[in-house]
Amino acid sequence: MPDTALQEPWQTAERQHVAMQFGMWCFLATETLFFGGLLLFYAVARYTHTAGFTAGAHEAEVTFGTVNTVVLLTSSLTMAIAERAVREALTPLARAMLAATLVLGLAFLVIKGFEYHSDIEKHLVPGPGFKLTETGASQFWAFYWTATGVHACHMMIGLGVVARMLLIPKADLPSRWTAAEGSALYWHLVDVVWVVLYALIYLVGR
Amino acid sequence: MSGTEATALGREAGQVSFLTEGGTTVRSWLLTTDHKRIALLYAAGITFFFFLGGAAATLIRAELVTPAGDLLTADQYNRVFTLHGVIMVWFFLVPSIPTTLGNFLLPLMIGAREVAFPRLNLFSWYLYVAGGLITLASLLMGGVDTGWTFYTPFSTLYSNSYVLLAAAGVFVVGFSSIATGINFIATIHLLRAQGMTWMRLPLFAWSMYTVSLVMVLATPVLAISLLLVFCERAFGLPIFDPRSGGDPLLFQHLFWFYSHPAVYIMILPAFGVVSEIIACEARRRVFGYTFMVYAMVAIAIIGFMVWGHHMFVSGQSPFANLVFSFLSFVIAVPSAIKVFNWTGTLYRGQIRFSAPMLYALGFVGLFTLGGLTGLFLASIPLDVHVTDTYFVVAHFHYIMVGGSVSAFFGGLHFWWPKITGRMYSEVFAKFAAVSMFFGFNFTFFPQFILGYLGMPRRYHEYPPEFQVWHVMSSTGAVVLAFAYIWPLFYLGWSLVKGKRADDNPFDATGLEWQTTSPPPKDNFAVLPIVTEEPYRYHPEGFAPHDVEDTHSAQTPQ
Repeated sequence: MPDTALQEPWQTAERQHVAMQFGMWCFLATETLFFGGLLLFYAVARYTHTAGFTAGAHEAEVTFGTVNTVVLLTSSLTMAIAERAVREALTPLARAMLAATLVLGLAFLVIKGFEYHSDIEKHLVPGPGFKLTETGASQFWAFYWTATGVHACHMMIGLGVVARMLLIPKADLPSRWTAAEGSALYWHLVDVVWVVLYALIYLVGR
Repeated sequence: MSGTEATALGREAGQVSFLTEGGTTVRSWLLTTDHKRIALLYAAGITFFFFLGGAAATLIRAELVTPAGDLLTADQYNRVFTLHGVIMVWFFLVPSIPTTLGNFLLPLMIGAREVAFPRLNLFSWYLYVAGGLITLASLLMGGVDTGWTFYTPFSTLYSNSYVLLAAAGVFVVGFSSIATGINFIATIHLLRAQGMTWMRLPLFAWSMYTVSLVMVLATPVLAISLLLVFCERAFGLPIFDPRSGGDPLLFQHLFWFYSHPAVYIMILPAFGVVSEIIACEARRRVFGYTFMVYAMVAIAIIGFMVWGHHMFVSGQSPFANLVFSFLSFVIAVPSAIKVFNWTGTLYRGQIRFSAPMLYALGFVGLFTLGGLTGLFLASIPLDVHVTDTYFVVAHFHYIMVGGSVSAFFGGLHFWWPKITGRMYSEVFAKFAAVSMFFGFNFTFFPQFILGYLGMPRRYHEYPPEFQVWHVMSSTGAVVLAFAYIWPLFYLGWSLVKGKRADDNPFDATGLEWQTTSPPPKDNFAVLPIVTEEPYRYHPEGFAPHDVEDTHSAQTPQ
């Protein structure tokens, strides 16, 4: 294990590592509660207006969703390799994998942009001119826009975190392995949230 | 906090403290990661917002002196009470004790040199300031008229005011709470001094631990509920809109899932402060220490299961009402345990009626009244009668203002010598403490009666028969305002001219008193090793009956 850059107030790498994990998991717990509120909205809407809700879900474009799931799961793989490579002091591999994660994350957002474009073209934004008339359909699409929007914001923060790892000078990268682990934890959370959203958004109306 | 002030606060030449170590420039303060300096930065912030919220309260009480709505229009009145609520809850009460006394004292109390994540701590202050500025912007542009609760569909569809900005400000400040909470939890888990076992933690540290749990688990739900309001209002997504099948009650559930535990975010730190003061000023070990700990943990947990009592008249199912009513009664049990144990701590104590003690004793009385009227509100038939009346207003002000603010002022005085290295005028401070207790009851007790007689909250005019109670309440508010402004003068004076404080002027136990006043940047020259339980105010195994006969003269301290 490489030398570790120690942050105040930690005396040893072990304690700092424990603290990073502890703090990060606490933060991820708050994230699950944050998304939990959103999922509660989904549950209530689907329970109260099942037929309309499912009809709304039928309009979701499963192709975009599936491609994006593949892209994001792959980015989790590259992120996992990057984190391990930082720890093993394999700096070139680590940087290549971080760059790959960045590219895949950006690809996710670009694909999402095309999906949004297609949704808007098909009048799937609740409000005047909304395509569907069943009660509950606009509830689904309210969930769709909110949840994917919030998820995209998390993606952008994740991209910032990965970009920051890339900005660390090559020589210093191995000593920042706790930061790499923290970044990876966050990235995987964003990924896990997407896996849940994928099922809820794209598979329900099938 | 300017550089010159910091220099004036330093002790004799050669004596280093966190106030001078690391520079006294504004830059050194704004970029500090020292938990003690961050506590003072927060103190500046919450003082500003406290007096801003207080100004709004003054306008409310002035309007209510006469039955006619003559000072403010109905719309202005709505904006003023919303401002009062939003500012006082999120920018004063929730952060008050944890971010100031907590930030300052928690690492000292557990024998640590820092919090676990010092940079995150500074970041949380900037989030607080950013959230505050956004909310101030909404205020300067014209304010919000939804009430601090942002109820849908009014906030999303009908309100013609700056809801988006205000919700954004509260959203941002929520993350400052979360950051503080995570920091405290990690600090207590990972940075306790050698020998500082969980059951040796001072009760203030336990209160910080439990409040952090509630902050971390409840605040994200506030964030999502405000975000949903934001999305509906800004982008027209019909999330809570009943016309599209949405459920406005869903917002109330999400909101109160945070906002009921938020009451415990405000009161748990007060429990910690009061326990420290009463033990020290009665020269007694805390009666039933373990019960005090478990009571706080129980309150933190059960606090998450009672939110539905805010919605008894909302049309939720009668079964839900019954369960929430029952659980609301249950949470009174640990609260009562705490009151009994404070009383038990006083029993046969050598009580000093110092200013912090007066605040603490005032807290116990006001909290008890607030808690007992909470039982009225937990009981469904009574609650239906007094829902949305001044009875509710009086009840929660007894907890939040009578409880939390009394404890905050008590703690501020108790640890003032440790924080600033200066003593304050005990006579002036006692006068402030008594004025606060008197002014508070004078202001809010009449509101119980008003509410029971049927005066609804949030109205700027009322039938003339209520006037006598409103005038009484507004007169009390004048006394209360004095009690809040008065400490600014004598505490400000003490910063400049106060007598230098000893390291342990009140002869208290606790690690924070073992270092210098004010502490050095690294808190301790040598990290302490803990070998005993807290509150060693008298020898172990010392039972009340072994002391002296009840009627014999007691040794004055």
